[in-house]
Amino acid sequence: MSFNLQESFKKMNKGDVLLAYKGSITAELITNVLEVIESKLDDVNTASAVRKKIYNVLVESLQNLFHHIDDLPDQIKNEFDARFGVLVIAKEDDYYRISTGNFVRTGKVKQLKEKIDKINSLSREELKDMYKFVLNHQKLSAKGGGGLGLIDIAKKTGNKMEYSFYNYNSEFDFFNLNVFISESKN
Amino acid sequence: MEPIIIESTPKTPSVRFDAKQGVVEIKGRSIPENSVEFYKPLVDWLEQYSGNPASKTNVNIHLEYFNTSSSKCILDVFKKLEAIHKAKNNVAVNWYYEEDDEDMLEAGEDYESIIRIPFNMIEVED
Repeated sequence: MSFNLQESFKKMNKGDVLLAYKGSITAELITNVLEVIESKLDDVNTASAVRKKIYNVLVESLQNLFHHIDDLPDQIKNEFDARFGVLVIAKEDDYYRISTGNFVRTGKVKQLKEKIDKINSLSREELKDMYKFVLNHQKLSAKGGGGLGLIDIAKKTGNKMEYSFYNYNSEFDFFNLNVFISESKN
Repeated sequence: MEPIIIESTPKTPSVRFDAKQGVVEIKGRSIPENSVEFYKPLVDWLEQYSGNPASKTNVNIHLEYFNTSSSKCILDVFKKLEAIHKAKNNVAVNWYYEEDDEDMLEAGEDYESIIRIPFNMIEVED
């Protein structure tokens, strides 16, 4: 599929949208989004354990974006903000959805797909073991990422992640990831 | 040894490390983008403390949220404490979690299974 930002963004904006953002993903932006969402979650009638889960998963989703956004080439920079990313938090039926989007180098697509497919295939116990193994054996990257974000999201939500890649040009794809937090306890 | 006292911020926890009292306390939210910057001085302090620890070290970890970047640094903190424990010193770890926060209880259990010091799991009201 080829990439059309307006269309992708529209798709992400399904349901009852709590927050939608497209633009630069910076540390300040993350702080602001977390503050806004925390106060919005205080107003909704959802169990405190679920609110905490949403907050936790949102932190990981945003920091995944922050750590993995590739430097964009000039062609994309003319069209989009530096460190461009997309974020939508919405409520649909009995779950909350966090959708994120960012450009990734086409060369990384295969590896990323394999990683998500692998995580999606694991049982809860297997995820727990994988989390502990990576926690105990992998070093933090210079940026502070630990390779644990997606595993943690899968472990905390207990739901499969959905993803799509849209071809942008010969070098870049746009990566859309949807994660789901159930409103009732599983 | 000089104690470490740090006030909390929206993304980093409050810290009280006091060698004289044998207190190692981390409390609040730990969700910085780069946690190494925050935790390195704490791990270094514990390294120095391990040379001459108090007769009993009380460790209080009371986190509301922590991100995966912090989780590795927190493990580094525990590994220093494990070394102190292994050298036949008394180390008591209290892991606080808020009522119904099963994820935080599980996180404590994960650490307990990696480092070999028994944890006291303490549930507190929200």
